[in-house]
Amino acid sequence: MLYNGNGNRYMKTKDIVYIALFAALTAVLGLFPPITLPITGVPVTAQSLGPMLAGAILGARRGGLSIVLFLVLVALGLPLLSGGRGGFGVMIGVTGGFIFGWAVSAFVIGLLIEKFWNSLNVIKAALSIAFGGIVVLYALGNAWVAVVAEISYWQATVGAAPFLIGDVIKVAIATAACLAVRKSYPLISKSA
Amino acid sequence: MIAGLYIDGNSVLHRAQAGPKILAMVALGTGVFMVPDWPVVSLVLASVIALYRLSGFGWRVIIAQIRPMAWLLAIFFAVQLWLNDWQAGLLVITRIAAIVMFASLITLTTKTSDMLASLERALRPLKPLGVNPEKVSLAISMVLRFIPVIATVASEIRDAQRARGLDRSILAMIVPLIIRTLKMADDVADAIEARSFD
Repeated sequence: MLYNGNGNRYMKTKDIVYIALFAALTAVLGLFPPITLPITGVPVTAQSLGPMLAGAILGARRGGLSIVLFLVLVALGLPLLSGGRGGFGVMIGVTGGFIFGWAVSAFVIGLLIEKFWNSLNVIKAALSIAFGGIVVLYALGNAWVAVVAEISYWQATVGAAPFLIGDVIKVAIATAACLAVRKSYPLISKSA
Repeated sequence: MIAGLYIDGNSVLHRAQAGPKILAMVALGTGVFMVPDWPVVSLVLASVIALYRLSGFGWRVIIAQIRPMAWLLAIFFAVQLWLNDWQAGLLVITRIAAIVMFASLITLTTKTSDMLASLERALRPLKPLGVNPEKVSLAISMVLRFIPVIATVASEIRDAQRARGLDRSILAMIVPLIIRTLKMADDVADAIEARSFD
């Protein structure tokens, strides 16, 4: 059974529209050219903002489902991942854990934001987004890398560390965006 | 309409149904993990490359699939060389290459519309669980329609913020983009309900 962020039992037409819009927004974020960080040369793409925004703005179920929908389109063979990538190859490749992790990440962020909704402030929003978007996402992504590369979980974590800088920046952007949207266009209402 | 990654052809793989191809992909992925033996996995990789040739793809297509992961594979090989030996390194990289290349081959030889038809078939048994295949199809077609619309809105906002000297601020771009996206939802939902969907 599908539930929406308002505590209603079924998905309403509008919920489906929100889910589709955030899946499309995630695809559009992939069109922005990646920024290469100085010194480390690590590419930072805007696309991973998508799951953070979906969770923080739509809530757990709608946010999570919008990323699932996005991933379904990628799996169908559309080049919607940043850099025009797509299809099964990238999804089950080395970074597959991060790609599938996006859906979990959006769900966890949504869950936390819903929980703190009535008293949401910068700190609570930033911690919620960082937990779902960094802690949970890297846990899944690094575990996947560790399995396919036959290295230890710790070694995979060290390898992924340079990407943290970009994700910290994205947490800051998503936090500011979430709070701005909460003021002008709130979509999550805490169910009693 | 967004073009898929499908490349037209008339080989056995092109003509095969999406469902069995996906099952074959799962089987190959599981298989190479169950046989941790580099000569066997290398043979699987060689067969996958032969399948590309049999499906009418040139070396250019094959190299294009390997290139994005070449660096990562080199690093993984070096790490294994350092931790274990070259056999372990060879196993790790041939395994990843075989899985990824076979998966990419499925994507290259299956039309997005055929993939979608298989997905709808696969979702049908889930109906009692509350998954409505019609709603999933509606959502998929909406995403395809929204992508160009949102991309246009994004470039409008970028122009507007550039005029204000804010074109380097990501936040000045993202927040209006989200608000305008959410506002779109009201109209779209009304339009769908006016046509008595559901």
